Amino acid sequence: MAWFKRDRAGINTATENKKEAPDGLWNKCPSCKKPLLKSEQIENKYVCQYCGYHLRIGSAEYFSVLFDDNQFTELFGNLRSADPLNFEDTKKYTERIAESYAKTGLNDAIRCGHGKIEGLDLVIACMDFTFIGGSMGSVVGEKIARSIDYCIEHRLPFLLISKSGGARMMEAAFSLMQMAKTSAKLALLGEAKLPYISLLTDPTTGGVTASYAMLGDINIAEPGALIGFAGPRVIKETIKKDLPKGFQTAEFVLEHGFLDFIIDRRKMKYKIATFLKNIL
Amino acid sequence: METTFDFEKPIADLLMQIEKVNQVAEKTKVDMSATVTELQGKLEETRKEIYSSLSGWQKVQMARHPDRPQTLDYIQMICDEFVELHGDRNVRDDKAIVGGLAKLGGHSVMVIGHQKGKNTKERQFRNFGMANPEGYRKALRLMRMAEKFGKPVVTFVDTMGAYPGIEAEERGQAEAIARNLLEMSVLKVPVICIIIGEGASGGAIGIGVGDKVYMLEHSWYSVISPESCSSILWRSWDYKEKAAECLKLTAENMYSNGLIDGILPEPLGGAHQNPTQMAETIKDQVVKDILALSSKDVKTLVNERIEKFCSMGVVVE
Ligand SMILES: [Zn+2]
Repeated sequence: MAWFKRDRAGINTATENKKEAPDGLWNKCPSCKKPLLKSEQIENKYVCQYCGYHLRIGSAEYFSVLFDDNQFTELFGNLRSADPLNFEDTKKYTERIAESYAKTGLNDAIRCGHGKIEGLDLVIACMDFTFIGGSMGSVVGEKIARSIDYCIEHRLPFLLISKSGGARMMEAAFSLMQMAKTSAKLALLGEAKLPYISLLTDPTTGGVTASYAMLGDINIAEPGALIGFAGPRVIKETIKKDLPKGFQTAEFVLEHGFLDFIIDRRKMKYKIATFLKNIL
Repeated sequence: METTFDFEKPIADLLMQIEKVNQVAEKTKVDMSATVTELQGKLEETRKEIYSSLSGWQKVQMARHPDRPQTLDYIQMICDEFVELHGDRNVRDDKAIVGGLAKLGGHSVMVIGHQKGKNTKERQFRNFGMANPEGYRKALRLMRMAEKFGKPVVTFVDTMGAYPGIEAEERGQAEAIARNLLEMSVLKVPVICIIIGEGASGGAIGIGVGDKVYMLEHSWYSVISPESCSSILWRSWDYKEKAAECLKLTAENMYSNGLIDGILPEPLGGAHQNPTQMAETIKDQVVKDILALSSKDVKTLVNERIEKFCSMGVVVE
């Protein structure tokens, strides 16, 4: 239950690949290595127009992809992490958080917004992997819990976009309890007969997968996303065998019956809106 | 042979000293009872001192003591008429989680718990108490049965974690645990959970959402094992002791952080020193809770359980 680094391409928004070209900012596609202009990325919903690779993006980009006209009211945006355990490994937790604030401009690993998707009101909570590996601590748990309360109060559907290495170790058991807390709240959302869509993106692992990410009325994922409970390295070390090709990809998880469908980011908004309009 | 930890060496030394004095007394026929009494006093003091101030890592060692009582031991000691129930009705029977209906202090209850196994053969059979999805789904099946027939649920948590394997992933380890968290939070019967040994991460909380959650004095409970924490945060296996301190995984830490409802004291030297006494302590607490929780109406019971878990977490606004 921890985040981990993947050696595969695309794990880091590699700053060294970010270049200033005469006609604007561009990145190399981590998969096919072709240059992608910033303007092209926005137009293509951050999917490589050459190979279909889904670039790893954050809440700001997902909100812009999904909310009508990128209009939304941010909810509970002021919540920040405390350091209840005075945690210090190779670095103080408070320092890690401070560095993450500075690096990302975010307040924690999730943001929540109320807006419209094709005219339909909903709340979207979206995790940010750049903030301490998208790890789930008290703030993530609390913002999800409050978002669900908000949905119940205003009779709104809930979409949660997961992108996380799992629980935040620096909050230890406090993080663990967020699994129970978010799951309990989702039970209440279910009793209120409000739809919950869980969108799993690259990567979704550990305690996040083992709580809210797997509890959607529908669970959907982006192509190629790494989705699992245990990290591949841990499994490899445990069984002392190489892992089969495609293991723990969204396609693998779909095949084994734990996803409803895989959706290309460029068609995501339409498909989610269609589903919601039909089920409501 | 009895397992002795490094921190128990002063105790072992004193025991040896007493033994020696006794031998000398026997041989020389000199009355040395005063010395023996003094040493025994010192032994008692040393024991109290050591076991009342165990570090995080020492607690982890205690929780893993090979002679430590496990779920089936407690069931045998505190329950009558235990009928074990098997299988998740889908894939197979997971031996790492056991469960069944039993009588406990006159009440019919559904007991469920991790079972690690006591010797090499048993441990392999039980997969070291590391359940696959089927274990969690068997547990859920039994909990739903308990709900249907209005029986309280008692769970014993003792695991190094849910099993990280290929088949576990294929069959939805994450979904199985997540489903249990959701279902347990709204289960319409009293749920009492006791961390009896190791409570590692999702594999532990997967049967650990209760109206009352207790830890035995020398058990541990956290989001990750100290070893894995060391490996990830320090990128080395050498910081497990430091990690155990940082994680604040002891019963005292967990209680003072408001993450569990109580600590059940262990016999001096650990549960394995006097399993019967430990079992009695557990039984008394469980019976008391069953009575108190059964008197609540279902709505209050469930709301309070949800409220308890939802209040966990520390944020700054
Ligand atoms: Zn490409």
